[in-house]
Formats: sequence, structure tokens, C-alpha cells
Amino acid sequence: MTGASRYDAIVIGAGHNGLIAGAYLARAGKKVVVLERRDVVGGAAVTEEIFPGYRFTEFSYVVSLLRPEIIRDLELPRHGLKILPLPSTVTPMDNGDYLAAWDDHDLTRRELYRHSPRDAEAADEYSRVMARAAKAIKPVIGLVPPDPSSLSWRDLRGLLKLGQYGASLSESEIYRIAKLVTQSSADLLDEWFEFDPLKGTKSASGIIGTFLGPRSPGTAYVLLHHYMGEIDGAFRAWGFAKNGTGGVSAAIASSARALGVEIRTGAAVEKVIVRGGRATGVALANGDELHATVVMSAADPKRSFLQFVDAQHFPDEFTQAIRDFRVRGSSGKVNIALSELPQFTCLPGEGPLHRGAISISPSIDYIERAYDEAKYGQFSQRPYIDMIIPSMIDRDMAPPGHHVMSCFVQYAPYDIEGGWDDAKRDAFGETVIDTIERYAPNIRRAIVGKQVITPKDIERIAGITGGNIFHGELLLHQLFFLRPAPQWADFRTPLPGYYFGASGAHPGGGVMGAAGKLAAHEILKDWR
Amino acid sequence: MTGLYQLKRTPFHARTSALCLPQNWRRWAGHIAVGSYDLGLEREYWAIRNAAALIDVSPLMKYLIEGPDAARLLDKVTPRNIQKLAIGQVYYTGWCDDGGKLLDDGTVTRLGEQSFRLTSAEPALRWLAMNAVGLRVRVTERTDQMAALSLQGPKSRAVLNRCCDTTVDGLKFFRMAPNVLAGRPVTISRTGYTGDLGYEIWMDAADALPVWDALMDAGGDYGIAACGILAMDMARVEAGLFMLDVDYTAATHAWIPGQKSSPYEMGLGWTIALDKPGYFVGRRALEREAREGSAWKMVGLEVDWEGLERVYAAVGLPPQIPAMAVRGSLPVLHDGQQVGYASTSTWSPVLKKYIALVHLQRPYYEPGTRVSLEITVEHHRRHAPGTVVSLPFYEPDWKRK
Repeated sequence: MTGASRYDAIVIGAGHNGLIAGAYLARAGKKVVVLERRDVVGGAAVTEEIFPGYRFTEFSYVVSLLRPEIIRDLELPRHGLKILPLPSTVTPMDNGDYLAAWDDHDLTRRELYRHSPRDAEAADEYSRVMARAAKAIKPVIGLVPPDPSSLSWRDLRGLLKLGQYGASLSESEIYRIAKLVTQSSADLLDEWFEFDPLKGTKSASGIIGTFLGPRSPGTAYVLLHHYMGEIDGAFRAWGFAKNGTGGVSAAIASSARALGVEIRTGAAVEKVIVRGGRATGVALANGDELHATVVMSAADPKRSFLQFVDAQHFPDEFTQAIRDFRVRGSSGKVNIALSELPQFTCLPGEGPLHRGAISISPSIDYIERAYDEAKYGQFSQRPYIDMIIPSMIDRDMAPPGHHVMSCFVQYAPYDIEGGWDDAKRDAFGETVIDTIERYAPNIRRAIVGKQVITPKDIERIAGITGGNIFHGELLLHQLFFLRPAPQWADFRTPLPGYYFGASGAHPGGGVMGAAGKLAAHEILKDWR
Repeated sequence: MTGLYQLKRTPFHARTSALCLPQNWRRWAGHIAVGSYDLGLEREYWAIRNAAALIDVSPLMKYLIEGPDAARLLDKVTPRNIQKLAIGQVYYTGWCDDGGKLLDDGTVTRLGEQSFRLTSAEPALRWLAMNAVGLRVRVTERTDQMAALSLQGPKSRAVLNRCCDTTVDGLKFFRMAPNVLAGRPVTISRTGYTGDLGYEIWMDAADALPVWDALMDAGGDYGIAACGILAMDMARVEAGLFMLDVDYTAATHAWIPGQKSSPYEMGLGWTIALDKPGYFVGRRALEREAREGSAWKMVGLEVDWEGLERVYAAVGLPPQIPAMAVRGSLPVLHDGQQVGYASTSTWSPVLKKYIALVHLQRPYYEPGTRVSLEITVEHHRRHAPGTVVSLPFYEPDWKRK
């Protein structure tokens, strides 16, 4: 056998979760190799220079939930990680006005007061209530989800812990959480607010990465996720990583290498090798075989369980659960290189708005209408767009005086009628530019180049089946002990020696790293 | 209108006051200085760490020391070997009373064979004059006549190269060179108070505004930000740099001996040239301390985040972090016994750690020692565990490169 090598652990996929898992395993003294299909590490957290001098955060573009203990454990600041503030959100309005949320409470309140004194007061209470609810469920994120149907000692202990924790919540907190996990974001926001651009902008964060609209039940819960960062005290809700999210991956990769992890790029995994009912290594597309005591996949659930491993090694119901796992991509990206800053009619000149998020979300109706089109296989004619201008936050992203703009666009269904092709991709890109042009008329003139990414492209480039940015929608039936499949949410799989630790595992997506870290811990537990 | 009842304004006041919209002003050596230009410190802090930050440091005391015995004077009053200081080189140094206790700290720049610039935090004219008796030297205070800007951050070199007649590419760490900026003669030293790549620009007060404008203009594409002293205060703690009247007390101001600090205690052992010939102020005391070791030392403390979380979680709260550096003494304990104190503590945005400059008794100042910091949680004294570390907390590769 040629090209055979022996490791303690093989990690499939050098996205941030794979790299983090590799780093933690190496930190525990294991000999680790992380395999990456592409020539660059980072997975969906990559920064690439698509046009010379202009660096795009191609897919994921902001950081909120990257676990602070990972930053410290892996000494990421020493490896170049810097999380720069993204201090505001501005929503341009159709009447030429705007709604802004700044990073200062008094400024934000005054701004909202201008539009609705009632909402200005409600917003304070709303954020306190949401932050408390987030605080109440936060400890759950760090737990390995116990399986409520199991009688194993470990699961019972986990359930007990969870039960004790649940008992520590007040009755009103429990009602609040029960409501939050069942409501639609539109219903929740209608209870609190009256001003459309405010409701539209807040509802948008409930639909990101799902194939749902603001009126779909379950979306209120996702809003809660966005308060997680805030309750960490010193950790901002949203930030932009130096050099984009590729900067996060580079820092983690550098730390992992320093810990002794071998990272191989251009190493596509074909199959997980199974011998004697155990995962014992992987076969690469180039014919090489690598052997190890354990194999962990940081790819999406479909690839991990339907492609890398033959179905014969899994129970039918597991395979069925993975097949049923919803991974419908619903969003695209348009990355734009600009020769000048976009000038927004609502706030002309260069200003603080350019350093924060700019949200095209004038109302809940606007977003729900955008969803209507997607439901029936079209991309939205007037999509929700979340823009940031990375070059205003980190000048290294574009040549001096020039800029890059990152536009997250929803909805763009993976299953578009007739399938995605170049013409549809172009039309999608044009629709996005048209939409932006309504608020920033100079945009077309300023464009030096643009990259349009559909869910199909996310699948093709980043290797995420279905092109869903979270490797699987953050739906309630796909979270916690149900993620990715019932009974198998503890990073183990029905195949001994085969582990799973990526966004498709608990606690889910975002550049958070918790899945990779928790998976590494479980692997190490089993080692003892 | 100015005068009697007002603090002094710096030569940049016309620019800084127009930008200081939150009216967050602080005092600095009898001047008003901008605390922050934004309501929060984040943008200015990150300009220091990721772009370029322009800080008005004009209130620094500045002295021109000239004459055939200028070097002899400085050799006598500072522990450094000034004879070795090359023209165009800058030394950082503290200086002591004859008991070997610190009076102040600052920089000495050799402008020429017989001419030096000394900066200090406190007035030093009387002390220099006393030591100059019998020497052929002239000391002139230039504090008001000379304006100074600190340009700090990884893009500071690129910004200067855009607006200076001569590039600063060849200017090494702690070197100084004359240059022309906005058509005005300036000297630029590669120095600062942030632990990042940075430069200080020294100019005639009359040239202040055109130089400021040229820098802000050149820095536009690099994300330059006017930066107040509060963001700098966070950066200097990360860099392990201390401040007079915050982290130590001048020996002449101390009421009791315990308030005094020696340069060894403050981590300045590397500046003390005991191998230089002859007497210098404090020599005998410093020799003794070098021999016998120091009773105290200023080192770093990294608070365990998980420990801090536990302390707060006990009352059901996430950790509460102050928005700026805390200039207040906090007890530091080992096994329940107080063994020192923190003089400045801050959240470090780049390290995602809570850090403090701490003064610890022997032997607790050894790196790796486990100690705890006393903090107040919901009005109760609590102890957050942490580890003693060497300074600096943060030093990017490009600081010296």
C-alpha cells in the first residue's frame, strides 16, 4: 500500500470547525491531520482575492458567536485574530429617510424616538427581555445535548443538569421561552412595535439561513440567537474579523499548525475506510489512504453520512433522518469591488453608516413578499439585503481609496425553477444591484467587479450540500438533541470511531466553533 | 478670553475641539486633552491596533539640553549610558533620586553631538538645573513652543510615507530623523505609548495645524482616526507601559517611603547601566538593589475568564467589564493573603482577556504564580483567579520590524 500514513485522528474538512477540532485534539497530544478538498483552508470562512487588490469575504462575512474560550485556549490573537467593531445598522427607507441603530444607547433611542416614541420605549424593554431569555438558554449551548430517550448514565446526568437548570428559571421565563420557540418573528415583533422599518430589520435576523419567512412559526427563536453575543458582556454582538472571516480561519490554522496539526489542502476525501465495524481511516480521491484511530467529519451531514460512508454501516432510521435533514439553501452573496463608496440618498457623504451594517428591510411585508417568490422557485425580485463595507472597517481589504462591499441576499432558493445557470445567476446579481441602486444611485458607476454566489455556488465551491449557510436550517426540529439526527447529537455516530463536529451538529451554525470544540472533547473522552 | 481660570489648550485645539463632539475632555499636565472623540472607545482603540491613530501628545514636558556638557548632564541624571546614545537615537529611561527611587520617566533623544531633547511627565527644569551646577550646559523648556503628535498603528508608516518629503522606511525602532511634512520642518521618532508600530512627530507649535491636516488627509484611505488618551490608556496597559501618578509615585511626591518605587521594581532593570563609569544619581542604591534583589516587582496579571465568569455567575450575572482602563488600586491575594495590588486594569479587546499591571512582593512576582484579584461583585468583595505573566501582554511582530 503506497501513501499510507498513520494518525491518531483524521479530520475531514478545514473549515473553522474542523481546524478547531484538530487544534484541540493536538493540544491533547494527538497526532492529527486535517484534510481539505480545496487549495485554501477555511471552508465557508474564506477571504479570497477574486479581483486583484480586492479581497472578498466570499461566504460568511461577520463574526458574533466565536466562542471566547476558543480564542483564548488556542491563543488566536497571537496568531493574528482581531475582531473589529461593527457598530451600527442603518435601514434606508423608501421615503428617503433612514432608521439607524448605533452602538450608543442614547443615540439609538433618540433616533427611534424620531420615528416612534412608543417603539423607542418598547425597544429598551424588548432588548432586556430578549437578553434575559438569551441568558436563560445560553448555558444549553455549551452542553453536549443529552438524549431524553436514553438511559445511559451520561445522558441521565446531562438531563439532570438540564432539569436543575430548567428548575432555576422563573415561571415567567419559562413561558417567555416557550412562546419564543413557537412564535413567528412577525407575531413577536407585532406584540412590541409599530414602526415598519424597525420590525422589518429585526425580523430579518430571524430568517437568515432558513427557508422561512418572518410569518413562519419558529422564526422568533432565531432572533434570540442574536442576543447571545450581547450577554457575553465584553463581547460585541457582531464584529468583522481582520482580513475577513478568512482571517479567522487563518488564525485558527496557524494556531493548529503551531500545536502540531498537519493540514493538507487539495486532499479530497472519497470514502471513510471501515474495517471490523469501525472507521479506521480515509481514502482520498487521489488514491492515497490515511489511517487513524478516529475520523471526524466537519463536512455537512449529507456528505458525512450519505457520501463518505456506505449506507450499510448505518441503521436505516439514522440514514433516513439524515436524508430528511433540511438543508435548503435560501440565500446568496453578491461581493462587489468598488472604485468609490456607495452614496446613500438617506445619508449622503462618508459617514458612520459606512462602517456598520446597511440593511434593506423596509418592512415585514417586504421580506415576506420576498419569501413568497422563493417558495415557488424564484429568487426574490426585491430581496432582503444585509450589506457591509469591509474596506471601511479594515483598510487591507481593498486598494487605498477603493472599497469592497459584501451583500448577503435572501431569498435565492437552491431549487430554483429550471435550475441555476449562468443567465439566472447574472439576473440574480442584476436584481441585487437594482435593489441597492434604489437607495444608493451611484452604485453602478462605482462597480469595478462583482462576484455573484448562488446556493448552488456555495455547494460547488464550499462543498456544503444544498448551499445552506448553516449546513442545515436552524429549525426547531433540527436543533439540540435532534441535530443532526435523534440519538446522535453527541458528536458520535452509529459507526464507532467516526465522529461528527460541524455546523450540522449541535449547537449549529455561524462562525461559532462550538461544534468543533465540543466534538474534540467527546473524542478525547472516549479515548480514556 | 483665555487665561486666568482656564486650563491650557494645545496647539491642535482648533482641530481636536471641532472633532471632540462628546465633549469628553481630560486633564493632562495642566492642559485639556481629548479623552475620546466618540461616545465609546472602540473605534479609536482599533485604529491603534489595526489602522492609524492620531493622538495629540503636546502636553508632554519637553526640554532642550545643549552645550559641551549636555551628555555629561544626562549621563549623571539618568541611569542609562548616554555616551553610547548615537545622534538620531532615542533612549527610554526613568530617573531617580539618590535613594534610587523613581522621579519620572521619559525619552532622551540625541539631536546632535551636543544637543538633546528630554521629555517628561512632570516639570524637570529645577531638577536639571540643580544637577547642572558647574557644567557647561543650557537647559531650555520647550513644552509650549513645541507641538507633538503620536501616530500609532500598523498603517502609521504608510500614512507618513504619503505626506513626508522623505520616507520613514529606514527609520528603526527608537530612532529619530528630521523630515519635512506639509512643507514644515519636523522631527519624527519611531516611538510611542501603545506597543504597536508608531511614530511621534515633533514640530514648532506654529506648524501644528498644517501638519495635523496633512496627516489626517494622508490617512483617510488608511482609516486614520483622531484618538483620545483613553483608548491609548488601554493600549499602553496591553503594552505593559506604566504611567506616573497611576502606576507609581514620584519619590519627591511620596509622603511615606512605601509609596516610592525603584526602576528595578518597575521592570526597568534593562535601562540601568551599572557598567558605565562614574557617579550617576541613585547609583549606590541601585547597585545595592541589583545585588540584593527587589522586594517588589511590577508584572502582568491575566485574570482567568472562566474564573471571572464563575464569580459573577454565583449571583446570576455575566461578567461586568468596565468600558475603559481602571486607574484604581485593587488588592491582589495569594492563598487569602494580600501580596500586592493592581494599579491599572483593563479589558483587552485584542486579547479578549482582562489584564492588570500588578505590583507584587517577592516571590509572588514570578511568572506562572497563581494569585487572585479582588473585585466588587454586587457590592461584595470577591476574588477572581489569575496568573502572573511577564510584560508586555501584547506585542505585534511589526512593532520593531
